[in-house]
Amino acid sequence: MTRKNANIGKDNAEPSSSGVKMQTIDLNAWFGAKQALKDINVSFKTNAVTAIIGPSGCGKSTLIRCLNRMHELVPGSRFSGQVLLDGEDTYAPGVDPVMIRRRVGMVFQKPNPFPTMSIYDNVAAGLKLTGSKKGRDLDKVVRWSLEQATLWDEVKDDLKKAGTSISGGQQQRLCIARAIALQPEVILMDEPCSALDPIATAKIEELIVKLKEEYTVVIVTHNMQQAARVSDFTAFLYLGQLVEYGDTESIFENPRNELTEKYITGKFG
Amino acid sequence: MRLKSLKKKLTGDNTFRVLTAIVAASAIVILVVAAYVLSTGAVPVVQRFGLYFFTGTSWNPVEGRELYGALPYVLGTLATSGIALLIGVPLSLGIAIFLVEMAPQKVRVPISYLVELLAAVPSVIYGLWGLLVFRLWLQKYIEIPVYNYLGWIPIFATEGGGTPVGLDLLNGGIILAIMIIPTVASVSKEVISAVPDSIREGAYSIGATKWEVVRYWVLSYGRSGIFGAVILGLGRAVGETIAVTMVIGNAIGPNAMPTSLFQPAQTMASLIANGFLEAPTPLDTSAYIGVGLTLLLVSLLINIIAHIMVARILKIKGGAVE
Amino acid sequence: MCLLCVIIAVIPLLSILYEVVSRGAPFLSFQFLTNDALHGGIGPSIQGTLILIGLTSLIGVPVGILSGVYLAEFGDNKYASFVRAINDVLTEFPSIVVGITTYSVVVIGIIGSFSPIAGAIALSIMLIPIVARTTDESLKLVPNSVREASLALGIHKWKTTLRIVVPAAKSGIVTGTLLAIARIAGETAPILLTILGSNYFFQGFRSPMDALPLRVFRDARWDDPRVQAEAWGVALILILIVLSLNIAVRLAARGRHKR
Repeated sequence: MTRKNANIGKDNAEPSSSGVKMQTIDLNAWFGAKQALKDINVSFKTNAVTAIIGPSGCGKSTLIRCLNRMHELVPGSRFSGQVLLDGEDTYAPGVDPVMIRRRVGMVFQKPNPFPTMSIYDNVAAGLKLTGSKKGRDLDKVVRWSLEQATLWDEVKDDLKKAGTSISGGQQQRLCIARAIALQPEVILMDEPCSALDPIATAKIEELIVKLKEEYTVVIVTHNMQQAARVSDFTAFLYLGQLVEYGDTESIFENPRNELTEKYITGKFG
Repeated sequence: MRLKSLKKKLTGDNTFRVLTAIVAASAIVILVVAAYVLSTGAVPVVQRFGLYFFTGTSWNPVEGRELYGALPYVLGTLATSGIALLIGVPLSLGIAIFLVEMAPQKVRVPISYLVELLAAVPSVIYGLWGLLVFRLWLQKYIEIPVYNYLGWIPIFATEGGGTPVGLDLLNGGIILAIMIIPTVASVSKEVISAVPDSIREGAYSIGATKWEVVRYWVLSYGRSGIFGAVILGLGRAVGETIAVTMVIGNAIGPNAMPTSLFQPAQTMASLIANGFLEAPTPLDTSAYIGVGLTLLLVSLLINIIAHIMVARILKIKGGAVE
Repeated sequence: MCLLCVIIAVIPLLSILYEVVSRGAPFLSFQFLTNDALHGGIGPSIQGTLILIGLTSLIGVPVGILSGVYLAEFGDNKYASFVRAINDVLTEFPSIVVGITTYSVVVIGIIGSFSPIAGAIALSIMLIPIVARTTDESLKLVPNSVREASLALGIHKWKTTLRIVVPAAKSGIVTGTLLAIARIAGETAPILLTILGSNYFFQGFRSPMDALPLRVFRDARWDDPRVQAEAWGVALILILIVLSLNIAVRLAARGRHKR
């Protein structure tokens, strides 16, 4: 299935191509008077999985919510800096956050399929309500999305069943399918497996590695082993600041920063 | 650049927000209109009679000898509501305690439901029942016996010394008592449920009986919330119109002063319901509107106090961490 | 002893139901339900109540629900808190005062005569705050994760609200609205001063009209015991409508819960 928007570096066969899909420049974020993120400068490479790790409260969730302009939905929140998507600032005046969110999709910690909708309608919801697709095309896209999310075989005979009637792990893959249906360029995942059992987690981790072929993935996780398993690059955040960033192997085997080493070896957090 | 930001202002989202905000303003509009209508309508009568309107007892629409004093009706409202509270609050508390502390799980839901059903019965049907059924029972089993033995006490006296008819202050008060039970009971139920179990456990552990626990610990912990429930019930009683109108006896003028339980009386609401449409002169209409304004102010005051008290106790529940 | 309180409180309810059914049932007949007042029937009263329910729903339900939507979805500001407080105040308005206001503004001011529309407006004034509150509360029960999921997909807030959040709260909103309608169907004071009452069927929007609660009110206070007896028949119809609406709504709500 052809993709709507050309990715930088898409033609390269290597998954970890040199292209940078998203980038933050001097990003600061507040909740009221409390500063949650301080001068974050980090990049997210195209068709790669970047993990954001750090102890609770370090600002990981806040960071990815700045990437799809969900941070500003919190009353009293403030933001400064830039977030570049394909080189263009998503926070520039006149940019419609709704459009950004269609290009940068999100999967949440607790699976949240729409409660009144069937599996089919859940996947189709994004398309229907953003006016993108109608009628028969919808069937094809729903099937494709569910296949990409490795959920199709399990639910193909039950598409009319309620989205909330399947297991937690399946619901989460449903949410992934729902996000994919809009063919975003980036998929953000905020601790997607923390509410799931180990088997469901393993399935989703497999899926994440597969997803990076088509999308750029940013995953927040408090599980370091998970970060080591699925990601190509890792960013370590502590108390709202970026402590270290690099390819996953180096971070875990040879961290440059003492704080990073302490966190990775479990001395705190 | 400016065009882009202007376009942003006209998005579907902003329009939607503004539209719904305007619709929500309807509540404000209604309140303002009501306040305006009542105040301007009451001006003629208050201007003309001043303080007498609130302290006098005559009500005379005859041209040339007009006199309007609303005191009997204000007192009538307070008297019927007072009786309603005296009878209704203990009953409501009993029900609330029963439902929270004593009832087995299976019984809780049907009984709660029955109590709620009390609230679903239209006011006019309470009035019908009070007028044609309850009145006879009240007259036969309570009023006449009491009058026979204690009729010399002013509160049981009747006008002109005849036997009580049953359409009087007492009937009004009792009907109101029944009608406020759902309100007071349900709020009390919430308040009592909100009392933390640790309080009960502490009391049990020093050997208190169930009844003592409820009486000395639970009720005192929740007392401001229960007080709020009582005030809410009072607000409801003050505003109730039709049922009271049908059983209270429709007294006017100085005779309407609520001096006895067995005499016809009048509340502010029932006065208006009985006479507003027949008002012969504009001044007369203004008098009724003046009573309406007084009623509204009394009702608002009571309800504001009630809400503050109930909000406070429920907030304490929310914040309390054992 | 507390059980005694319960029993004492329930006795009037049972007595009312018993009297209404036993004294009202003998009146039930096709003629009674369809003739006009001059021919011994309550057809105009039933028709009037249905018309009032219809008009009031038309005016009050959209206003109430949209108000509730604003309060729940955009309600994080001082204006919304103010509106909420005013709504609470309005729910406690004495019904006769609503009648006076509507009489002055609509009957005298706008239309110039007693009118079904005036009655509907008066009842709407009582309906709107209740529906706004139940809608507000129902929408608040929808978890925020649902809104977030929708917004993250790039669906506009207004579509999120109307197509995803409101349907999720549908049962609560419908329940609250139906219960509110059942309640105002039985109200007398607001319509006493606005539709006046009538012996005839609907005669246009500039004429008085009858309704069941009004008919009960009038008949019960009539000097003729035969007319008074008839009031029970009217009351039976009224209570059937109100109580069955109530019970149906609660059964439906409970059924959904159990699932």
